[in-house]
Amino acid sequence: MTSTQLIFLVIALLTVGAGFMVVTTRNLFHAALWLVGSFFGVAGLYAMLEAGFLAVAQILVYVGAISTLIIFAIMLSRGMMLGRTVMRNYQWAISAVVAAGLFVLLVIVVLQINWPVVVGPVSETAIADIGSALVGEYLVPFEVVSVLLLAALMGAIMIARERQ
Amino acid sequence: MVPLSWYLIVGAALFSLGLYGALSRRNSIAVLMGVELILNAVNLNLIAFGRYVIPLAVTGQVFALFVLAVAAAEAAVGLALIIAIYRSRDSVNLEDVDLMKG
Repeated sequence: MTSTQLIFLVIALLTVGAGFMVVTTRNLFHAALWLVGSFFGVAGLYAMLEAGFLAVAQILVYVGAISTLIIFAIMLSRGMMLGRTVMRNYQWAISAVVAAGLFVLLVIVVLQINWPVVVGPVSETAIADIGSALVGEYLVPFEVVSVLLLAALMGAIMIARERQ
Repeated sequence: MVPLSWYLIVGAALFSLGLYGALSRRNSIAVLMGVELILNAVNLNLIAFGRYVIPLAVTGQVFALFVLAVAAAEAAVGLALIIAIYRSRDSVNLEDVDLMKG
């Protein structure tokens, strides 16, 4: 086992372990903090995949913005900071069976298929390539996403606004 | 080098955990956290496939960027809805939100 594989295993274990705590811990605030850990782990995996821009974007958007938003929502809904005794609904057992079954199925499929892997270096100008792809080949989706973000921003303000 | 299947297995594990969280939690904010885990798993798979199958192109990363933007919009609108529901019903538990149940 090489050192790269060892680093991968450590980051992967941290990511999946934190993800497990997110869905099992009883305290909602702790779940949000574990979610931050999981986001950091995924950013580390992006860095290992030599996707530096996405790793930084992941930290900025998920760790910086979405986690803060979730923590704000937890604090704004009173009483949620305290540890609740019942966090699971009546269908948690069948959900666990379905999720575990899906995981086993996915692992079997992943291990059976012979993926067409190309061994080679990534593009040296990857970040510049992303930039020119966004304003070239993917210009229309890029603009649509900008409009979507603006609409979501205004919609969120309208929905959460206090009405007199 | 780390085999591609390892990344895919981590993605599958994150997806399954997110699915379990989204299906089994009573609190709507916790359900939203499960959905965020699912979106992260999808992004991890997109970037892993992009790196291992077409290493010179950036298609996987561009798609992951779009998923990131949609996830940000989803989180903003979802949490705004949760706050609005909390104001009107004084609870964020999904079992209390049954206004449209026939």
